[in-house]
Amino acid sequence: MASDSKFLTGLRDGIPIGLGYLSVSFTFGIMAASYGIPFGYTLLISMTNLTSAGQLAGIGIIHAGGGLAEMALTQLVINLRYALMSLSLSQKLDGEFNLFHRLAVSFGITDEIFAVASSQKGDVSPRYMYGLIMIPYIGWAAGTALGTLAGNLLPEILRNALGIALYGMFIAIVVPPAKKRPKLLAVIGIAVGLSCLIRFVPVFSFISDGFSIIICTLIAATAGALLFPVVTEDADDE
Amino acid sequence: MNDYIKYILVMAGVTYLIRMIPMALVKGKISSTFVKSFIYYVPYAVLSAMTIPAIFYSTSSVLSAAVGFAVAVAVAYFGKPLLTVALSACGSVLAAELILRFI
Repeated sequence: MASDSKFLTGLRDGIPIGLGYLSVSFTFGIMAASYGIPFGYTLLISMTNLTSAGQLAGIGIIHAGGGLAEMALTQLVINLRYALMSLSLSQKLDGEFNLFHRLAVSFGITDEIFAVASSQKGDVSPRYMYGLIMIPYIGWAAGTALGTLAGNLLPEILRNALGIALYGMFIAIVVPPAKKRPKLLAVIGIAVGLSCLIRFVPVFSFISDGFSIIICTLIAATAGALLFPVVTEDADDE
Repeated sequence: MNDYIKYILVMAGVTYLIRMIPMALVKGKISSTFVKSFIYYVPYAVLSAMTIPAIFYSTSSVLSAAVGFAVAVAVAYFGKPLLTVALSACGSVLAAELILRFI
């Protein structure tokens, strides 16, 4: 009984995330379709990756015919944040978490699932985590399928409007903490400045979008770590 | 094996390993301040670099995208949820593009 209710609690907590993912992955499906990636592969990407920024960069590389090393490096850098979340959650798992549960649950770590799981009081159980991950996972896959198949039925003006949705989500993740931390804002400024430099200065036009993100991130985060080291308390209140 | 499968294997494999390795292996806490700080800054640097300037080319005109960007930053500034920010950006782009058609 207690275990079942933990699963149900997780399911309930996952509903708002799932609804959000449904709409965001819908726009991912539209984008993938506009890049000419077949339906089955687009759905496979969503069902095996479960990440917005990484998938968006990934289909950009596929579209541009980039190399596999570029793909691997891009995914590594863009998704490196999950390593921090995984590390943080590893301190919050209850006694039921054996290796199998760790291998399974870690697949479902996203920004939002991490945020909800880490806001729970005390440790989390495997059943809670499976419940929490399930609806966002279904929402992510279903939204991708709908966007890929039905996206072309939408009028162009609506597709244009939806094209900004994923970026809107990134802004929603970055702005609130940046508002409170001037040092974080400075690091964001470095990343944005470099990104614009690479995009607009002709000398750098040989750098692909994927590598541009890697370069901007490595330089900005290294500068941040050197100039503004984060003491444990700062990182913990995230 | 076709190119799509190769790309997807690399994407999914790298992404899963990043998520899995710390949770499967790490029991203690990282002590290096530099490493902790670097990892702390990575997500914000990534998302910022991905968003600017690309967001300004995500709609049919730089102008409508700029409106969407400004609205998203404003709504996010007031701490609204993810979905609200994303939909506000979409709605304001739609409004801007409708207005631009009549100018």
